[in-house]
Amino acid sequence: MKIFMIIAAVYFSIMFLAGGVLAYYGIKKETGQDPLVLVSRFMIYYTFADLLIRLFFQKIPIINIRPLITLPVKRSTIINFAIGKTIVSFFNFIHALFFVPFCVILIKEGYNPVGVVLWLLGIWAITYCNNLLNTLLTNKDSLFIGFIVLVFVLGGLQYYGYFDITTITGGFYYSFYSTYYMFIIPIVVLAFLWTVTFKYFYKNMYLDTGLKGKHDDAKTENYTWLNRFGTLGTFLKNDIKLIRRNKRSKTTVLMSVAFLFYGLLFFSSGIEMYQSPMMQMFAAIFVSGGFLFTFGQFVPSWDSAYYPLMMSQNIPYRDYIASKWWLVVIGTVISMILSVFYVYFGFAIYLSILVGAIYNIGVNSHLILLAGAFTKTPIDLASSRQAFGDKKAFNIQTFLLTLPKMLLPVVLYAIGYYLISPNAGLAFVAGAGILGFAFRNKMFTIIEKIYKKEKYKAINSYSQKN
Amino acid sequence: MIQVNNLTKTYNGVTVLNIGNLEIQQGESFGLVGNNGAGKTTFFSLLLDLIEPTSGFIKSNNIQVNKSEGWKPFTAAFLDETFLIGYLTPEEYFYFIGELRGQDKRAVDELLKKHEDFFNGEILNKKKYLRDLSKGNQKKVGIIATLIGNPEVIILDEPFANLDPTTQFRLKKIIKDLSDDKNVTILVSSHDLAHTTEVSTRIVAMHKGEVVKDIRTSAETLKELEEFFAV
Repeated sequence: MKIFMIIAAVYFSIMFLAGGVLAYYGIKKETGQDPLVLVSRFMIYYTFADLLIRLFFQKIPIINIRPLITLPVKRSTIINFAIGKTIVSFFNFIHALFFVPFCVILIKEGYNPVGVVLWLLGIWAITYCNNLLNTLLTNKDSLFIGFIVLVFVLGGLQYYGYFDITTITGGFYYSFYSTYYMFIIPIVVLAFLWTVTFKYFYKNMYLDTGLKGKHDDAKTENYTWLNRFGTLGTFLKNDIKLIRRNKRSKTTVLMSVAFLFYGLLFFSSGIEMYQSPMMQMFAAIFVSGGFLFTFGQFVPSWDSAYYPLMMSQNIPYRDYIASKWWLVVIGTVISMILSVFYVYFGFAIYLSILVGAIYNIGVNSHLILLAGAFTKTPIDLASSRQAFGDKKAFNIQTFLLTLPKMLLPVVLYAIGYYLISPNAGLAFVAGAGILGFAFRNKMFTIIEKIYKKEKYKAINSYSQKN
Repeated sequence: MIQVNNLTKTYNGVTVLNIGNLEIQQGESFGLVGNNGAGKTTFFSLLLDLIEPTSGFIKSNNIQVNKSEGWKPFTAAFLDETFLIGYLTPEEYFYFIGELRGQDKRAVDELLKKHEDFFNGEILNKKKYLRDLSKGNQKKVGIIATLIGNPEVIILDEPFANLDPTTQFRLKKIIKDLSDDKNVTILVSSHDLAHTTEVSTRIVAMHKGEVVKDIRTSAETLKELEEFFAV
């Protein structure tokens, strides 16, 4: 897991660095425009994108405030420390990789050095504004969705030529360079945001306010309609409640909806690179597999908080595993039905999605349960209890771990596609799915054995929180 | 009912539990006392097959617990908050356990009604999830949940801790009533010598993983135990 993170970090660092070095000459050659003007113009989208990515991925360092309050440390020191800690983050540092080389080249190419430095300062202040906004907004889903909508609306308006926000904001960003005083604005905003953040946390630093955590009004729900499914229904009831009542799982399910639309990138012929048949199969697996990958990845870790109960209650392993299997299968089937709108791009495309779903149900559902036995990351469902705690649900690891499971069907498809015909490729993938489904009981027996073997280790690592 | 055979548990070369031979009869009310680190929770965890024995084994009703799952239907336990599901309301939790133990809603409701005074009006219909209840109230839920489905073996780790005095009295009554039933074997661990002597018919004291005292409860038991632990 760690290794994936490091690879991703190195990859992005190199991309940003290369971008910074190449941007100037690239823009100059391709468009003939002043690179600084062009970069300034699109900075508004850069800023938005940065904020969105932060809201998704940047974790706020967990500082357990409670034990510190009674110690002889000033409240203001604790808060400044907590906020300051977010500053040394990869998400801030990575922008330097782009902007510093870019600015160095600007100066080398004869731009006014003072102006360039002031421009850099202004941009830098804006990235830190984003950093603080992330700390403030991390709890507010509605604002988050609002941001996404805003960005898409602005982007759409510009794309279709109705209204171009960049003409206004471009001038603003460019003025950091062209005037000697405009760069003060983002710095003032930054100072203002720091004060707001500071005050927000200061006010919330009492046991009965911010550190208390929210208490939702609970309602007993029985879902009696699930009773007819016996033990399976009992577990499904619980899993539905788990998903609905915990922030982490809710976000996970939202993510799987995003997966549903991921195929649009591939099938709408928008991006040339995605047009190869192998990439299309890749996308087909993704579309129906959103829930399988995001949620299934962490079976049985979702139950980590009460794993000892599950392991000592009157539950045979097989039933437990079967119920989880059904849950991911139901999720996959629902995704498959919802993805019917892809018919718009032609029946062949929807067919490949159906085949992808068959493969997901037959093979990936088992693989994911198998992998789950080794994951053993405790999931703190009640993490909202810490005011400064980690509230992010989705992380990069989840995403990276899914990639290997996509390779096999793509390879199968490619073999059929190139050796025989496209339909043979589909048949191969579907065949693998059906085969996996046929050997379901055998698979369950293997999974059961591994779960039993890993049981003690799992209980042990689940009991080690953080 | 429960036989312990040359059971040891070792972590990194340190033996934390070493019980040569221990037999708990059916219907016994078994009290386990000892200081922190004496091995009480380790013993219960081994009994529930939550940790792996380094050597030896435990048999419950002639079923070796780390070999077969057959002990699960007749065993109920509440060790700590990991036996609660935080995002459920107390009612949902009781029904969930009930369904796993083959009890319908009516039977669970009946049991809850019987223990209404134990809850002291702080548990049911409070519109709260288990995770938002206080430690003491969580404990009440966990303890009553072990009674669902008439299990033959009930294991409670430190049930008296975190409970208010009134509830402690009520819990003692519940345990005593259970121990009158000759089918139910009940195992209770505690730091509190007085409580344990009151509810148990047999008391075992542990020290550094070993059984150091094994007594039938009598009028002198409490005094004997107090002398033993007063160092």
